[in-house]
Amino acid sequence: MSDVIFVGFPYVALALAILVGIYRYRSDTFSYSSFSSQLLENQKLFWGSALWHYSVVLILLAHFIAFLLPPLWGGIVGGSLRFFLESLGLILSLVGFLALGWLMMRRFSTRRIYVVTTRMDWVVVGLLAFQMILGFVVSLSYRWGGEWFVSSTAPWLWSLVTFSPKPEYVTAFPFLIQLHFFTGFLLIALFPFSRLVHLVAFPIGYLWRPYQRVIWNRAPRPGPGFRTS
Amino acid sequence: MDIRAQVSMVFHLDKCIGCHTCSIACKNIWTDRQGTEYMWWNNVETKPGTGYPTQWEDQEKYKGGWERDSRGRLKLKLQGRAGALTNIFYNPSLPTLDDYYEPWTYDYKNLFDAPEGDDQPTARAVSLVTGDFMDTLEAGPNWDDDMGGSEVYAANDPNVLKSLSESEQQSLKTLEQTVFFYLPRICNHCLNPGCVAACPTGAIYKRGEDGIVLISQNRCRAWRMCVSGCPYKKTYFNWSTGKSEKCILCYPRLESGQPPACFHSCVGRIRYIGMVLYDADGIEQAARSPDDGLVDAQRALIKDPYDPEVIAGAKRNGIGDAVITAAQNSPVYKFVKRWGLALPLHPEFRTMPMLFYVPPLLPVIAAIRDGQYETTAGMETAPADETGPNLNTVDKARIPMQYMASLFTAGNVEKIKQVYHKLVAVRMYMRSEQVGDQREEDVQEALRRAEFTPEQCVSVFELTSLPTFEERFVVPPMERERAMDGELPPLDPYSRKAAGGFGFRDAPARRF
Repeated sequence: MSDVIFVGFPYVALALAILVGIYRYRSDTFSYSSFSSQLLENQKLFWGSALWHYSVVLILLAHFIAFLLPPLWGGIVGGSLRFFLESLGLILSLVGFLALGWLMMRRFSTRRIYVVTTRMDWVVVGLLAFQMILGFVVSLSYRWGGEWFVSSTAPWLWSLVTFSPKPEYVTAFPFLIQLHFFTGFLLIALFPFSRLVHLVAFPIGYLWRPYQRVIWNRAPRPGPGFRTS
Repeated sequence: MDIRAQVSMVFHLDKCIGCHTCSIACKNIWTDRQGTEYMWWNNVETKPGTGYPTQWEDQEKYKGGWERDSRGRLKLKLQGRAGALTNIFYNPSLPTLDDYYEPWTYDYKNLFDAPEGDDQPTARAVSLVTGDFMDTLEAGPNWDDDMGGSEVYAANDPNVLKSLSESEQQSLKTLEQTVFFYLPRICNHCLNPGCVAACPTGAIYKRGEDGIVLISQNRCRAWRMCVSGCPYKKTYFNWSTGKSEKCILCYPRLESGQPPACFHSCVGRIRYIGMVLYDADGIEQAARSPDDGLVDAQRALIKDPYDPEVIAGAKRNGIGDAVITAAQNSPVYKFVKRWGLALPLHPEFRTMPMLFYVPPLLPVIAAIRDGQYETTAGMETAPADETGPNLNTVDKARIPMQYMASLFTAGNVEKIKQVYHKLVAVRMYMRSEQVGDQREEDVQEALRRAEFTPEQCVSVFELTSLPTFEERFVVPPMERERAMDGELPPLDPYSRKAAGGFGFRDAPARRF
């Protein structure tokens, strides 16, 4: 059973995310959009969207650092910053959860927003809220998870990456933590089938691209030109 | 010198009758789909008035266009590059649907299906967004149509608020002084577009060959910064597909030799379209000019299409003979450069808009005489203290010159007066020729002040009042036709198969 949950399912989820994600990008680029609803409702969006995105970005960042550089993360959370980081994570997950709740309330109660919400939107937002509250409960009831991550979760994830899966790293975890893993990979599996794809559309290139874009039907003309790209 | 070609436009405001035929032609072709109902790629505003979306000209609110910083550098008023990424979750300067209006239709079915009763059945308004009944319609297309003098609309025109004194604002509200004119607006296809610069993804681009600004529907990711970045609010967000859309200058029509639909259908024949050749190397410098120099700086970018050096530069950049000939015959070049009659709308936004307006003379000369409203009061030689198209017209204008300057010359009153002196001179000269009731010395003085010759007056008159279809619309053969004629290396006709137009094989609708 643990092989299915901690080996098979993660591989399926990642394969879906990558293969279907690429397939969708190539065959249906048009559908890659964040589907902003700000035009339809502006007031309630601010607190929900800003708080949600900033909290989840920070939380994901912490997860990624812990995954990519376990020794560094272990050093940080093992030191004097431990209490600060654990508290910050706790607060962020609560803020993220509340912001999501606010956004769901907005989607449900504002008619203009309700009519542009798809079933998949509800599934995704519900799962995200569930995942947020799981993270909150886990960090509240099983203290110092940041350190466990280094010695158990990170090796498990790396064992998956290196195709030598070792589910025994995480099979002994309490149920809630295992559920947190499962929901995480479920979200990854849903990534290419939902509006979550806007994650990879984050336009970091704006920091350096020239302001103006000129596209020629034919090859560009010689000469330096005005801020052509 | 980097000579490029641009499809450029002139709207002659004296001829606009405010019939909205242009808007309807555009809507029927391009924006009758779900999510685009509220979009008016072409709209006609009443000025003074608040416009569409409400008070779009107020850049303290919407943060569109560019500004010069203290060191004279050009920066987006909206935000810096990092700001675009930190504001991406919530754009603080985005107009919402309520700044436009909630589109609706009517429940026509009820007219047929209603059970028999004491009252006539009605067709209630139904929202095209939610499908709910709308009991109160608070705004709609052209809601402020003809509302010159209105306390709600004209009084809240950002130009009125900015440029006119308290007493001038009051006088515009008195019935006898009420004045308005129409301002048709489409995308300006700017040389330094704010929408292109504001797009985080880089989905918006200017076509090299003709300067048309387009949004790649496949690359747009709904970050909606273009809506804020365009100071003219001519990019719109499609709430149904999650993509921004804007005027495409009917490029499929242009490519087959026809003028855009709004031009073609214009009842007052106010619209002119033609190529101009400009120096792309000078754009940034021109856009950084001080406010009162912006009009001249932009005019200086447009080059004389007969100048051998310009022609050589154009050929170096692959601009074909047909385009150069079209630029030589361009009505836009005549209005903008040769006569200096057409001005850009709000040059202080620094996007270098390539749609130019001949400001209207009629709301300037109209007056009340003997209790009668006369649009041409004092066509006969009038005493110096009366209004009318005489030497004093511009100084006694019915609508303050500061207002017109706020629209067309970034507040430079002398500049707008120059244009009006020319318009008055043409009027007076042609009237003296055809009716013969003008004092000769007045006509001579008007010509001297306008720096116009009688021949120029006749040319302006002819292109204003008597132009043919071919004189108003000088559309050169575009890329595809030129390739077919063998002027360019041949295109494989199949290379663009399924890539013409928007290029969709699936319906452009939300699928996830």
